Amino acid sequence: MKIADKKALKRESIIDAALHLFATQGFYKTTIPDIAKKLKMSVGNLYNYFSSKDILAKEIIKYTSEVLGDKIREVNQLQIPTKDKITKIVELYFRMSQERPEMIEYFLRVYLSHREVFSDGCEGMVCVSGFITEIMIFFDDGVAVGELRNQDFFSAFGLFMGYLGGMVFLKGEGVLPKDIESYIDDISCNIYNALKVQ
Amino acid sequence: MSKPKLLWFQSISCNGNSHSFFNYPNLFSTLEYFDLIYHPLIDTNYGLEEVLNLKVDCDILILEGAFNKNLFKNGVNILEVAEYYSKLAKYIITAGTCSTFGGVFKEYDTQNISGFAFDIENHTKRYDIYKDKLISLPGCPIHPKWLGYILLMLVKNRKIPIDEFHRPQELYGTTVHTGCSRNEYFEWKIDTKGWGLKEGCLFYENGCQAPYTKGSCNKILWNDISSKTIVGTPCFGCTEPSFPKTALFETKTNMGIPANMPLGVPRRAYLTATGIVKSFTIKRLEKRVIDYKS
Repeated sequence: MKIADKKALKRESIIDAALHLFATQGFYKTTIPDIAKKLKMSVGNLYNYFSSKDILAKEIIKYTSEVLGDKIREVNQLQIPTKDKITKIVELYFRMSQERPEMIEYFLRVYLSHREVFSDGCEGMVCVSGFITEIMIFFDDGVAVGELRNQDFFSAFGLFMGYLGGMVFLKGEGVLPKDIESYIDDISCNIYNALKVQ
Repeated sequence: MSKPKLLWFQSISCNGNSHSFFNYPNLFSTLEYFDLIYHPLIDTNYGLEEVLNLKVDCDILILEGAFNKNLFKNGVNILEVAEYYSKLAKYIITAGTCSTFGGVFKEYDTQNISGFAFDIENHTKRYDIYKDKLISLPGCPIHPKWLGYILLMLVKNRKIPIDEFHRPQELYGTTVHTGCSRNEYFEWKIDTKGWGLKEGCLFYENGCQAPYTKGSCNKILWNDISSKTIVGTPCFGCTEPSFPKTALFETKTNMGIPANMPLGVPRRAYLTATGIVKSFTIKRLEKRVIDYKS
């Protein structure tokens, strides 16, 4: 394996470990030595990859945004009705909250809760553009084929992603009486009914 | 050496391209290179009757106005006359969008009215016959310098590279967006707050088609000083086969996303770039250029 490839793998393993610790222990309670310890690497070596905890935090949000964006992109490229695309996006979001809960938790409990960390370098949509772009394309396609009602992007975005984020947050709080995946059909139906052409 | 014979022939026209050409600062010195056989609006060596009776000769034919195979003037089928002179001519210039693609007049009878060699973006049956001598100069109207430039290129026997619609690439190779004084606002995604203001871009909300319209309106300025977009009016896309459209002062959007992307820019690339740009506030560009004190 080339040195560059090895470095890339190591970089990704640091992001994964930090993502997990930030999401579970909290951003401020997690230190660089904690992350290095989890990876069995020296603190000095970790700093070779990321020069500060804030920079690492920003790279993580870019990484999670890309992962989620890539999955939505696959849905966007399917030749299926918009209603079915909504179900698939809800499915993948909830599945991710089950299989990689740290990713969604990180977004909700670190990125949205500690904006001061992200104020320099992650302004506005800068670090979540991988995800936002695919949601925009989903809406654009839905309107272009006449299935979604044309409206302001943020009114539709807030309804869709605010709803999903809220459900995952409730799951994280342990207050949902049922498994989150059992809500997929109802939630998809609600979103479609709210956004469809009247 | 004899001068090339120039014949200006009109079909269904508003005279707009003629009047635009009359504003060409070098009109008389350019016409010195030609033997002007006929023009419908100025005194020429021959009259309409001789032209319609196929009595004149021509080397360069300028067509103005859209065509309808059923149109007769003075009992003569106009399209047949145009075809007669097209066969004689060494070059055919379609001056304006109507004679090129059908333009505004096509809206009156979409079935029967078209340009001479194009019907919107499709070829008419005349295209294959005349394509080797065809130069398209769409625009509503043409810029006088576009026609002046092409006439001089022809008289000097210079090669004129053209695009798929036979538009000279020198004039239509880039988009109207190129050279617009509002490019900084486009780059930072700041829309104008009103017509005629110096500040802001007209693409995002106000219907400007310059980023996907081929033309040189912001490189070869109108009256040598300005352009639609510079003064604060959207580009209407008048050099394209799709002209005219409706709702020219509104940008069609799908959930806030422009339905038409800048020419050749993939939607994903555009949304990624603009999403990032929109995240920043450039204070200088939020301010008025001139701070008028009341």
